[in-house]
This record gives sequence, structure tokens and C-alpha cells, in this order.
Amino acid sequence: MNRSRAHFLLFWVSLFGCYLLQLMPLPQALLPLKPYWLAIVLIYWALETPEHVTLGLAFVLGLVGDVFAGELLGEQALRLCILCFILLRFRARLRFFPMWQQAMAVLALLVNDRIVLMMVRAVAGEPPPPASFWLAPLTGTLAWPWVFLLFDDLRTRLRARES
Amino acid sequence: MALTRTDSGPLFTADAANTLRLIGYLAVAIVLMVADHRGAYLSHLRYALSAAVEPMYRLAALPAQIARESRLALADRERLTEANTKLSQDLLLAQARLNRLSEVREQNQRLQELLAVQRSLDVGVQLAHIVDIDTDPNRHRLVIDAGANQGVQIGQAVLDASGIMGQVVEVLPNVSTVMLITDAAHALPVTVERTGMRAIARGIGALDTLNLPSVPISADLKVGDRLLTSGLGGHFPAGFPVGSIRQIKPDASGMFAVAAVIPSAALDRSGEVLIVHQLLDPVGPPAPIAESGPPANLSESPAHKK
Repeated sequence: MNRSRAHFLLFWVSLFGCYLLQLMPLPQALLPLKPYWLAIVLIYWALETPEHVTLGLAFVLGLVGDVFAGELLGEQALRLCILCFILLRFRARLRFFPMWQQAMAVLALLVNDRIVLMMVRAVAGEPPPPASFWLAPLTGTLAWPWVFLLFDDLRTRLRARES
Repeated sequence: MALTRTDSGPLFTADAANTLRLIGYLAVAIVLMVADHRGAYLSHLRYALSAAVEPMYRLAALPAQIARESRLALADRERLTEANTKLSQDLLLAQARLNRLSEVREQNQRLQELLAVQRSLDVGVQLAHIVDIDTDPNRHRLVIDAGANQGVQIGQAVLDASGIMGQVVEVLPNVSTVMLITDAAHALPVTVERTGMRAIARGIGALDTLNLPSVPISADLKVGDRLLTSGLGGHFPAGFPVGSIRQIKPDASGMFAVAAVIPSAALDRSGEVLIVHQLLDPVGPPAPIAESGPPANLSESPAHKK
């Protein structure tokens, strides 16, 4: 009981932290490099504890993200749903990949996410994005191993404390 | 040996159900997006949820604010003294200039009275601080800490000490969003200070550049010309600096010139901004003529009177 509660807490705190990181300012030059934290952390939880992550959760998280970003309601919901679907479909394979292959899979997921975003914005009638638009998935890929190790470590510690 | 699967339920039906669910969610998301794009009800939703949105913004801005304030607190004495001397000198200069200006202003007032012109250069402004967060790196938006409760309205112009920054596009109770003039969706009517030529300055999504598209090749434009707001359209007060021309080159067709403009406002720095309250003398299309003729509910009106 205690364990699941601590786990539950970690899960929600990590997602809350993602919203904060998403809003946090960066120096102008680094702005295009900001990874889509919410997607990266959601990927982690979907790989490790799929029983918590469903399409419905991805949809709701996306809606909350949209409310914070204030751009277009449903945009992030759509992106996270697609991401989550692909992830849950290939989860059994992705989970046992070595780290670098996993990072490549994350890169593919994030690039796909950017393509979806670009399509949504194109339909909304916006000009095509600059080249720096495509940098964020790369930084996301670089961040992935660290996110993975951090959360794995946190979860092992939680587990160790309870036993 | 049988492998145990962690996923529950048979493989294929689960997949089919998942696909169906995905299609359902995507449909809902698309409906939401289309409806929001048409009706822009997200801002209403954000207004209703502002109790959650605003604290989140403050929380996200907190680390940067703490960093800035601690830098200020730790700034050494020498630097502060230096800054203080410089500022007091600047103040003195500005004061002297103001004194001279007040005379000119009085003269102007007299002349305007002579000419019976109602126009005034006074604009009411309100100070606001920038909440240092960014909602989307691909768009040029600022969040400021004044909202509907402080009297901010959509469409008000936002300035800093050196020029026009943008306009308010969304208002929450205590926070509002400003679209910068460099946003790719922004256009601003300007005049060239030297010649009075009118043009439209468009944002192109780069923080250090505005464009004047489709300027006639023969137009009298030079590198270094200063641009002011023209006040046409009624959104922005006239006569505020917008930027100066950095480069002029022919566009792709060769029929027109495109001028690149450096914005004069410090768009990439955070601090205080001024929100222009309202234009005393809005320039724009005349107000629609009030309806004349008998009221539409003429037959009911006697009943109302009773």
C-alpha cells in the first residue's frame, strides 16, 4: 500500500514538474532546444508502468498542457495520444532495447510528434516553421538516458526503502 | 516454456480496442481544435481556470526571478555605485530636456487651442512586470502580471522605454499575454520618420528583425531610417519608435523592395513594460452610424410604458 502510494506520488510529481519545466524560461538562444518534457516523461512511464498510462490519461495530460500553453485546445492532446498509442503498441519490444536503441526510438517518436505538430499548424494556416523547429527532438533524445536513469534510480530507492 | 506477458487480455482484441479508442480520442481532439480555432473558447476556459493557471505561471517564473534577484543582491557595491552615478546623470539630463520640452508643450498647447485641435499627445499608461515564462518557443509571446482586474483589455499596446513591444492578445484576471511585434502573425502600421512614408511592418518570427514587405523600389528609404508608429488602424498610439532600417534589398520578384528593420524595443530582455491605456484620439474607421427610424419593437412599446 505504502509502496504504491509513494509510486503514485512520484508519477504525478514528475508530470507536474514537466508542466513547470515546459513553462520555465530559457535564454533566447536556447529556446528552440527546449525538449518536449511531457512527452519524454510520459514515454518513461508508459514503458515502465503501462498499467498507469492509458490513452485517456495522455489525452487529459495534453488538455491540461494546452490550458497552460494557451495556444490551441486539443493540440497537445492529439500529439500525446498519437505518441502514447505508438508507444503502447511497441512497448514489449522497446522495453528490452539497449539504451542507445531506446534513445533512437525516442528520437523517432519525438520527430513524429513534431511532424504532427507541423501538420496541425499548417492546417491552422500558419507559416512553415524555421529550421530550428527540428532541434528539440534531438535535445530530447540526448535528455532521454538521463531521465531514464534518474527515474529508474528513484524507483529503486523507493523499492529498497520499503523492503 | 511459456513467456508471461505483463499486458492483460488477449493480444489482438486489446489492439483493436486500443485502435478504436485512439480514433475516438483523435476525433475528439480534432473537434476541439477546430472549434477552438473558430470560436477561440480556450481563452474563456483559461479565464475560468485562471485560479490554476496563474499560480502555475508564477511558480514557473520563480527560479528565474530568484536568480535575478540574488544576482542583484550579490552585485558588488562598486558596480551599484557606478550605475547610480550614471543614472543620476541621465536623470539630470532627462530633467533638463523635460524642462525645455514643457515650454515647447505649452507653446504647442496654445497653438493647438488656436487651431481648435482636440488632439493630444498624452497617453495614459500603466506599469506591468514581465512574468518570465515562455509558453511556446515558436511564438513570440510575453506574459505580464496585469490582467482584467488591473484594467487591461485585449488590443492595448505595450511599450518599453525604447519603443513598441506588442499588443495584448489575451487577458486573464491577473495575468495577460502580449503578442510581440516580431511574431509571425503580427503586422504594425508605421511611418518613416524622415519622409513620412507609410508602410506595414510585419514580424517574421525572428526576435531581432521586422520586415517591410512590398515597398516600391523607387521609395525614398535609406539604411538607418527610423520608423515610428503611424497610429493608423487605431490600435497603437502614433509617434512611438518601432525600429530602424538595417537593410534594403529587392524581393524575389524584383518588383518591390523588402526592408529589414531592427526593432528598437528590447524584446529579449525582461523587466517592466508599459501598457497604453487607451487612445484619446483613436484614428480609424468612423463609428457606425446610430440606427435611425422607428424602433423595431414599436408595437410592443406602449405595453412597456404601462
